[in-house]
Amino acid sequence: MKCSNIVTQMQMLLLSTYFLFSPERRTANMAASGGRTVGSFLWKCGNCCFNFNTVSSNLTRQVLSRQLCVSAVLHRKNLAAAGPEKFSEEFIKKQVEEFNIGKRHLANMMGEDPETFTQGDINRSIAYLFPSGLFDKKAKPLMKHPDEVFPKQRAVQWGADGRPFHFLFYTGKQSYYSLMHDTFTKALAVEKHQDRLRGKDLFTQDAKQISLVGSRWLLKEELEELLVETISEHDYARFIQLMERLLSLPYCSVEEDFVQRYRRQLEIQSSKQQVQPLQYDQHGVAYSTGDGRRKTAMGTVLLRDSGSGSISINGTNYVHYFPVLQDREQLMFPLHFMEVLGRFDMQCSVSGGGHSSQAGALRLAISRAMLSFLSEGQVETMRQAGLLTPDPRIKERKKPGQEGARRKFTWKKR
Amino acid sequence: AFENRLAFRAQVRPLHGSGCGQQQEAVGMETRPETFSIFRTQENNPACQSEQHLGQYYTVPPSHFHTVFPHGLPPRYQQQVKTFNEGCVMVRQPALELISHLKRADYSKPTLRYLLYGVKGSGKTMSLCHAVHYFSKQGWLVLHIPDAHLWVKNCKELLPSSYHASRFDQPIQASNWLRNFRTTNEHFLSKIKLRQRYVWTKRESTEEGRPLGELVDMGVSHVKSSSDVVGAVLKELRLQAWGTEGGFRMAVAVGVNGLWGRTTLKKEEKSPVAPEELTLVHNLRKMINNDWCGGAVIATLSQTGSLYAPSSAYLPQELLGEEGFDSMDPFVPVPVSLYSEKEFESCYLYYLDRHWLQHPHSQTEEGKKELIFLSNRNPSVLERLCAFL
Repeated sequence: MKCSNIVTQMQMLLLSTYFLFSPERRTANMAASGGRTVGSFLWKCGNCCFNFNTVSSNLTRQVLSRQLCVSAVLHRKNLAAAGPEKFSEEFIKKQVEEFNIGKRHLANMMGEDPETFTQGDINRSIAYLFPSGLFDKKAKPLMKHPDEVFPKQRAVQWGADGRPFHFLFYTGKQSYYSLMHDTFTKALAVEKHQDRLRGKDLFTQDAKQISLVGSRWLLKEELEELLVETISEHDYARFIQLMERLLSLPYCSVEEDFVQRYRRQLEIQSSKQQVQPLQYDQHGVAYSTGDGRRKTAMGTVLLRDSGSGSISINGTNYVHYFPVLQDREQLMFPLHFMEVLGRFDMQCSVSGGGHSSQAGALRLAISRAMLSFLSEGQVETMRQAGLLTPDPRIKERKKPGQEGARRKFTWKKR
Repeated sequence: AFENRLAFRAQVRPLHGSGCGQQQEAVGMETRPETFSIFRTQENNPACQSEQHLGQYYTVPPSHFHTVFPHGLPPRYQQQVKTFNEGCVMVRQPALELISHLKRADYSKPTLRYLLYGVKGSGKTMSLCHAVHYFSKQGWLVLHIPDAHLWVKNCKELLPSSYHASRFDQPIQASNWLRNFRTTNEHFLSKIKLRQRYVWTKRESTEEGRPLGELVDMGVSHVKSSSDVVGAVLKELRLQAWGTEGGFRMAVAVGVNGLWGRTTLKKEEKSPVAPEELTLVHNLRKMINNDWCGGAVIATLSQTGSLYAPSSAYLPQELLGEEGFDSMDPFVPVPVSLYSEKEFESCYLYYLDRHWLQHPHSQTEEGKKELIFLSNRNPSVLERLCAFL
């Protein structure tokens, strides 16, 4: 990505001034007016000495800069925000256009082909152009499609005369109730279909069923997102109940598309494991390596087949390295679980952390190294046993005003 | 009748303490005296044990137990003996090697020194006790010093020696040791006669020709001069080694590396005490020097009690230090290794037999593999592991 010779320093400076707007300010007015002020600022600057050789005109500069600053500001996901809609439809449409144009400009800036510029490329370019030292991901500059940035909102629900469009508007949760209504209608339709078949004597119990394996119902949050309105847990439970009732009918496969719209596929976890192939050393003995981390300790293990169960850690015997029984049990767990206790020879090296975290790191390393020796089913059982999951717990940060991470200073009444 | 039988069984169960549900064996155990099992041997005399008995346990008869081993056993082993009501020792390669050397040694030449060394917990002290049992069976005079480390650290009282101005005495340790020595070697004490006159204080002295027993008694009762008594005893024994009555001797010491190196004791001026300045240590060193004949010196290195030594050190050179190594040189090193497969097997069976392994899983094959892994066949680690199973 060749960029530095195209984007001059002045431009960078100007672009970076937009990030004086703090990400916490989330008012819509900000979005509308801020862009304008900034744009005007740039316009003035553009009249002064300022030359760059990109394809951008002043207008597009304004567009690009405004898009960036707006995107960084709006992060909340408040659906059906209380009150009238903050962003009108034309506004959103304009934002989309501006985003697309800005995307093309960014592609030109980076020297890439605008047609095949994906969101991943955008993210990388923005991270390159605006490097941020901030830790919080949400505080870093971002450029995303407005649909992802602006929360989904409902269009105005009533006409010019004040009459609502939807017949269920006065229930308060019109989309939810209309969905329930539709589902029940479909259930009734299926039952009618079944009665018709019974009448024609074509009714069979073993009709084709909808396959529900590997998928799950929408979560409450996902349903809320779909309906663009808030629902209570009770409502969600009723919805699931109704869908289950629909599914209990023998001929529900008629409405398969409708049902599948409200189900999500589950990802198969174990297919994410990368199993290294076995390596063979000069004597034909199979070996494999693995490494693991826990807290601050890092360990690597070289697992050799057809051994006698001897383990050496950093050159010393494991009984001497880990005098505590608990640590040795941690080392034993993966081997014992797979019942291969006396089969492997291990050479381990570990550094950092304390004795417990070193034992945990080695345990993970041993499990990972063992993967190459095991079959798919065994890998799955290991994953379910939790042997392949790195332990994410680390020391919690100490906060100011407190003595430790959680402990507060002694409270004195006076 | 059925209920009666059940009730009888229920009463029988707590008697034998077998919670594993091995009813038949429990009832059988009460009646059998010493049935033959794979891991036990009937050969209770260490002199007659040979390679075919390797890995098997033999019982020390309870009558001998307290005379032969008043001190000197590892404390955990003593607890185990108390729990099991019997003292069983495993016949192992290092001990057998030692005993075979001793059988063939020529005692007219200067004493041979044997050094048992090995990783922590591999069974050095137990092998030593095995050898001690052999000696007592042979009728030798046993000079068993349990742990030189006991003399070199944690001593509360240090008296300036009456005999030698710059040395220090340790009355309590010395009198303890004399008492144990007396228990071990009762029959010798009357036989050996003193060859020199010893003066303890202005009023007390021991004449020539008195039996050694009297000297020892005096040392036990007069605590203040007990360290000097120890020195005298050692000197007498050394002089009379190749004795006319055929009283052979040997010296057995555990934790020899405590004799060299540093001590934790301090003089009143807070300056550290060197080991040479302690009477007991000084005398013992003279004993270990091979300038006398008619006996053997068997020593073990011990890391557990040693001061200022890293826990991974187990080789003689590291633990003895240069000075100690030079004094001990030449010696016959006897390495003590961890349990072999057969030895582990017999230890495991022994624990099972004594119902020490209560956990039902430990009786399976997988449980055994787990035990092997967790202890890496280290005897002491295995013992600690089984203690809570």
